[in-house]
Amino acid sequence: MSFTVSRNTKINALLLLVVVALAVLPLALGLGDHKEEPFTGADAEAETAITELQPDYEPWFSPLYEPPSGEIESALFALQAALGAGVLAYYFGVRRGRRQGEARALARAADLDEGGDGGGAAPVSSVPSAGSKDA
Amino acid sequence: MHIAEGYLPPVHAAAWGVAAAPFVVHGVRALTREVRSNPESTLLLGASGAFTFVLSALKLPSVTGSCSHPTGTGLGAILFRPPIMAVLGTITLLFQALLLAHGGLTTLGANAFSMAIVGPWAGYGTYLLVRRLGAPLMVAVFFGAFVADLSTYCVTSVQLALAFPDQGSGVMGALAKFGGIFAVTQIPLAVSEGLLTVLVMRLLTQSSKGELSRLGVLTRSATKRPEEATAR
Repeated sequence: MSFTVSRNTKINALLLLVVVALAVLPLALGLGDHKEEPFTGADAEAETAITELQPDYEPWFSPLYEPPSGEIESALFALQAALGAGVLAYYFGVRRGRRQGEARALARAADLDEGGDGGGAAPVSSVPSAGSKDA
Repeated sequence: MHIAEGYLPPVHAAAWGVAAAPFVVHGVRALTREVRSNPESTLLLGASGAFTFVLSALKLPSVTGSCSHPTGTGLGAILFRPPIMAVLGTITLLFQALLLAHGGLTTLGANAFSMAIVGPWAGYGTYLLVRRLGAPLMVAVFFGAFVADLSTYCVTSVQLALAFPDQGSGVMGALAKFGGIFAVTQIPLAVSEGLLTVLVMRLLTQSSKGELSRLGVLTRSATKRPEEATAR
């Protein structure tokens, strides 16, 4: 039994691998080591830069709701990613199901065409007489 | 990584809001028109918005030793044109501003201008240009998504530099500073976003040929025309 992976799948896996490598390399190479707090958000760094440029600047508005802890915040970020991933997966699932359904309907129609003169090859395919409706 | 709540002076915040509003209103109109005339595209519209949702939730480490996240706006801009991304991008920003204290309501205009307007347009323009130069679809998709991502953070840097010019070196000095924080951090992330967008587009070309030819993404491959000619 040979286990073959299609060229398409290989390319897709390679794309993912490069993305993972791009995310892991800065960590693995310790590119944040020169900082007091490595790998903070760029937006927090921008806030620091603003206070350096204009020490007297005070943010004049604060968020209406702030996640009470880092845990809650990461939960909400995970929720955002999960919602997005769920919708994407639903989309591709629906598409795949539709294609499989079409392929099956085509195969059945072809089966019926052959079964008409040669006799039923598979009992399942010869059963639905309703199939003649769309033939 | 968007401009945090309250971190743009009121005049700047208002100005960017005024600048962004017409694009978003126009986008809402384009979106309703698209859904009304092609109800079957709703699902793909949802998927494009979902892609933005996922990517802008992924905070990734970068070569500068800090973290930022991609935007995911290139895909939708290529598929449905930029006006529609003005809406989907703004919805994502609103979600993050209201629930995550990431970005903000007072900076929503500025952040929408960079992520939901300039990013998609720059990305879409790049995509068209690369295609017109005769490059394969996926090469154009990569550069479109890459530019959509990177240009977003270049605009963010400009917005902050305009609001907080350096005492000595002025706007340009501040731009170098903010550019170093946002734009440089973003380069590897923009590459990642380009690759992920290519991945999703590859999956779409396998699963949604008809949809992509209707949207004009696949017209050049000429798979659609002979088929249609025989069907009609």
